[in-house]
Amino acid sequence: MPLPADTDATTPKYLRDKYAIVGVGETTYTRGSGKTTRAMGTFAVRAAMLDAGLKPSDIDAMLSYSGNDSTPSPFLAGDLGIRLNFFMDVNGGGSSTEALIGIAIGIMEAGMCKCVAIFRSMNGYSQVRIGGTGARSAAPVNGDALHSRAYGWQSAGQMFAPTFMRHMYEYGTKPEQIAMVKVVHSEHASNNPKAFYKKRYTVDDVINSRIICKPLHLLDCCVETDNATCIIVTSAERARDLKHTPALIRGVVGRCSKPRTDMHYQHGPITRVAGYYAKDILWPNAGVGPEDIDAVGAYDAFTFTSMLQLEDYGFCKKGEGGEYVSSGITRLGGKRPQNTSGGHLCEGYTHGMNMVIENVRQLRHDADDSCPVGPDGKRQHTFDYREGGCRQVRNIELTANLGWANPMTGSAMVMRRG
Amino acid sequence: MSIRANYLDMPLTIDDLDGENLEYFRHSAAHDFHLQQCDDCKLLRYPPTTACPWCTCLTSTWTKVEGKGSVYSYEEVHHGIQPAFQARVPYMVLLVELDTQKGKPTEHESLRVVANLTTPDGILAAPDMVKRVGIGSRMRMVFSDVGPGLSLPQWTIDEAAVQPERPWRYPQE
Repeated sequence: MPLPADTDATTPKYLRDKYAIVGVGETTYTRGSGKTTRAMGTFAVRAAMLDAGLKPSDIDAMLSYSGNDSTPSPFLAGDLGIRLNFFMDVNGGGSSTEALIGIAIGIMEAGMCKCVAIFRSMNGYSQVRIGGTGARSAAPVNGDALHSRAYGWQSAGQMFAPTFMRHMYEYGTKPEQIAMVKVVHSEHASNNPKAFYKKRYTVDDVINSRIICKPLHLLDCCVETDNATCIIVTSAERARDLKHTPALIRGVVGRCSKPRTDMHYQHGPITRVAGYYAKDILWPNAGVGPEDIDAVGAYDAFTFTSMLQLEDYGFCKKGEGGEYVSSGITRLGGKRPQNTSGGHLCEGYTHGMNMVIENVRQLRHDADDSCPVGPDGKRQHTFDYREGGCRQVRNIELTANLGWANPMTGSAMVMRRG
Repeated sequence: MSIRANYLDMPLTIDDLDGENLEYFRHSAAHDFHLQQCDDCKLLRYPPTTACPWCTCLTSTWTKVEGKGSVYSYEEVHHGIQPAFQARVPYMVLLVELDTQKGKPTEHESLRVVANLTTPDGILAAPDMVKRVGIGSRMRMVFSDVGPGLSLPQWTIDEAAVQPERPWRYPQE
């Protein structure tokens, strides 16, 4: 497939298409897993390994991320008989997925290992609640936190809300427009048998749900779930003998940040998010632009986070995000569907992994919807996107993932069908 | 010396080696707002930091700053997360842009100070007061006394100032 601006795909700097995601795995997206993060993580890594057609001896590196609410790599590796040539468990939530994929490429390129399993295991509902309630909310407020938590400014929604509110002020963004992010992602979730919330919501449902932290309604916020997720990255060359069409990694940018990262509200415009800077790494490295992308995974911790990133990565003009997300473009069957699994708003909350997993499946042309499985073991997609139906994007070749940590830090990745 | 106090039944602590925060809150306790002014480039900064974010200079002088400005953005919390705040909803978190050093060193930068909307006595504002404040509202700094040696800077409506006719509020009330 010829790609626009595909002028220097062999440049050693960009390593375009040299590495691929070859396996994906996940537990059920649930509340009350009744399992440890070790048990869930082991399940997800094993599932990804089987999905790829790899043996434990084929995997020689592991990466993971958490907010001290997971189990480190060596335990999972031991459980699965994997001998590690490299591992690293880093601190972090959203934006870590794409960043760790970049690290995986780096350590393989450095000759340190050959095949990397990246996982995130979390009881985000039953143990360490991602919304911030529970033990963490009652912890003493120390030092620098006196400038935030002492004012009841702690949870993700609370920390991001000034950015969201200012966007509405500067650009006239309407609650009804933002609500469409949830509406569309919920439509997609209704075609995803494994989504935690499969119900389709309307704009009225969203704007009439109770206010959590103005401008956020309950249904502007993602779901809290328990789950583990895993992806396996190896060279495109190795990928050729494996089970599935590989998702080739075209370009990646990791934890790219705004100025004054510690207190980014000192640097404006505060409606600008990290994608403003990340786009200048992502698109040139990938050799494509937003107009070339067939489907997007735009991190939807909140309806707003999806929209803000679409603007700053150039899918629409700054300030026109409200119009973009309510135009129908983002729907299955639209020009550029996004969060086709339902994302964090509906499928489950994984700190970004499930949206990468979804795009890998989309690029295989094998989204796990309710379409019948043919004699070749592949789903016979109907492309009928009505409730309970298909969610495969037709003829999809290129995807983008836009990972969000907070307004100041983001990661992103472009993949293409191998 | 470290500080340990309780505010709204929430333990607040500053360690004895956290010089910058101890100094910031030492001034607050005297109901004075002080920020570090860089000894080299002379720019003020917020919140307290070890180095100047513009020139990396490690030395600074604590300087009295006028606690006045306009609301740059805000949020209204209706679902409390921390136990201390759960019984105090709705409360407002304000990002107030100080008049001092506004638009410096670049047009995109300003000193934007976070605090709650409170009464002039530093008590979290009641709902009727919350409804009066939006983007553009003129604010003045007051303090919530937490305990000996510790007060938190807060924002209250600057009743003496000329207020915008209709401060910008979230469209769905």
